[in-house]
Amino acid sequence: MSEQQKNSYPKPKLVPVPSTNIIPERDVDKRPILECRHLGIDFGGLTAVDDFNMAIGRTEIAGLIGPNGAGKTTVFNLLTKVYQPTRGTVMIDGRDTAGKTTIQVSHMGVARTFQNIRLFGNLTVEDNVKAGLHEHTKYSALSGIFRLPSYWRKEREAHERALELLSIFDMQDMAGYQAGSLPYGAQRRLEIVRALATNPSLLLLDEPAAGMNPSETAELMNNIRKIRDTFQIAIMLIEHDMNLVMGVCEGICVLNFGRIIAKGTPDDIQANPAVIEAYLGRQKEA
Amino acid sequence: MKKIRLSKTNRINFATFGAVILAYAVFQFMSGTGMLSSTIRGQLVPICAYVTMALSLNLTVGVLGELSLGHAGFMSVGAFAGAVAAAALPIDSDPLRLAASMVIAALAAAAAGTLVGIPVLRLNGDYLAIVTLAFGQIIKSIMENLYIGIDARGLHFSFLENRIIFRDGGRMLLNGAMGVNGIAKISSFTAGFVLVMLVLAVIFNLVDSRAGRAIMALRDNRIAAESVGIPVTKYKLMAFVISAAMAGAAGALFALGQNTITANKFDFNTSILILVFVVLGGQGNMWGSILAATFLTVLPETRAMRGLADYRMLVYAVVLILVMLATNNPTIQDFINTRFRRKKKKGGAAK
Repeated sequence: MSEQQKNSYPKPKLVPVPSTNIIPERDVDKRPILECRHLGIDFGGLTAVDDFNMAIGRTEIAGLIGPNGAGKTTVFNLLTKVYQPTRGTVMIDGRDTAGKTTIQVSHMGVARTFQNIRLFGNLTVEDNVKAGLHEHTKYSALSGIFRLPSYWRKEREAHERALELLSIFDMQDMAGYQAGSLPYGAQRRLEIVRALATNPSLLLLDEPAAGMNPSETAELMNNIRKIRDTFQIAIMLIEHDMNLVMGVCEGICVLNFGRIIAKGTPDDIQANPAVIEAYLGRQKEA
Repeated sequence: MKKIRLSKTNRINFATFGAVILAYAVFQFMSGTGMLSSTIRGQLVPICAYVTMALSLNLTVGVLGELSLGHAGFMSVGAFAGAVAAAALPIDSDPLRLAASMVIAALAAAAAGTLVGIPVLRLNGDYLAIVTLAFGQIIKSIMENLYIGIDARGLHFSFLENRIIFRDGGRMLLNGAMGVNGIAKISSFTAGFVLVMLVLAVIFNLVDSRAGRAIMALRDNRIAAESVGIPVTKYKLMAFVISAAMAGAAGALFALGQNTITANKFDFNTSILILVFVVLGGQGNMWGSILAATFLTVLPETRAMRGLADYRMLVYAVVLILVMLATNNPTIQDFINTRFRRKKKKGGAAK
């Protein structure tokens, strides 16, 4: 990522919201889409995540980084209720998610992709997206079996919407392919499209650039911005590719051993001694 | 990359319908001109029943992706409900009585499916298989201990021992372990054909709809299905209950083509037999199920195979093991792919 490209997207100033949380200045008069307070989970005696406080603005692109095993994916699993938190609260758009299931959280507007791709491998690309549209193309199973008018109407809508969403990544020509047979990069992109099909207000991307080459990563960066600009949604991503994180994220949160060690703009993070220590180890005194 | 043309599924579906219609016409013609032996002619209704069973189990195993080892239990519920309904219903026209009995049988089996499905579908994999296995045995025991009689006042039920006291000209419909006797044979090959076509249409239409996509999505990846907001339990139950209802209708068709039915006709062996049809025909492959069910029902009845009848289950077990080994063997898969699917490009998924 060249300096020029980085500068073409001005980074907003970050301002504090209630306690320890910061979100982009432009989102400050709106309620944060996500707010975690003292979130934590124990697996047996092991504390995987503890005292996780974070807010994300409505149109923010946020990053969650940290060394391997820091608990990043666990945070995603807590946000989407794959795990139920041991402590603390998660608020989606101001609504508490306590006791909610993964399915209910999805209906509240949280969509995600997975670190190890989880597509519906035997279905076509188009059907994967249509499965994502499940909540938004409602007709009963009976009108599907008996092919009532609502079936034809809703299926046509779903077909058009699916192709429209696939066109974000220029994948509409692949609509008929079997999802499991797509190349790796296309599978990652399809997962994002499927997540977008649920019409989320918060999109969680778990290592979207994993396994991609530099040019694919650069394209992904542009697409992440494009998705935010088009859909006006918040995106939170876990990523090890620092070019991508520093280039695209507005607010970054650094996790180490399950605890937040730093929060701020990319520039703040790069200059933060605690982050450098977490990644590179402590410098010996000369 | 493997391209699934959108029309390909439809072509296979229509070809399946066409083949079933053709097979019906051929058998009907041969039966009419006396070209079929009486044994085969007697097998026409059971063939249709077993084809329906195979299709219905394929919905559970192939489309929903859950292993059920108690499918004969639903057939049993349908068979007894259908036989009792056919004897009790005051309808003169045989086809109408048959249709009404099959609907009642389907509803009864669907009710049983719901009852079993609600607790059971929260389990996965092996656990589900074991519980469905137990379910099949429970149904068998219940049916062996259930007594139903009818007289002018209506139906009478009794459990464990026959305590039914009839008034003016009552008769037993279901007599515990003795089963149902003296069934009026109102099933016909045509009725079986209609049922198979109906079941095929329901499965194909279901699979190619919002509900079907949801069912297959949760089969392929449950966690991902939940993450896009698909209510997993609801769709599991839906597929399971539809499958049970179909098995119930097949049971009624079967029962109403027999003189006598007893509960031990629908035991574990029958469940496995139906599973063999599905595995042999290919999971999720409807025409495969139809072919496998037809051949494995007819084959033991042919003169050449009669001597092997005692070894039937042994042969099925060996066949089942061989199919499992062959379909999971990369060398054989490659051989089949290069030999028969040359036109298709091989999946080039880079890891």
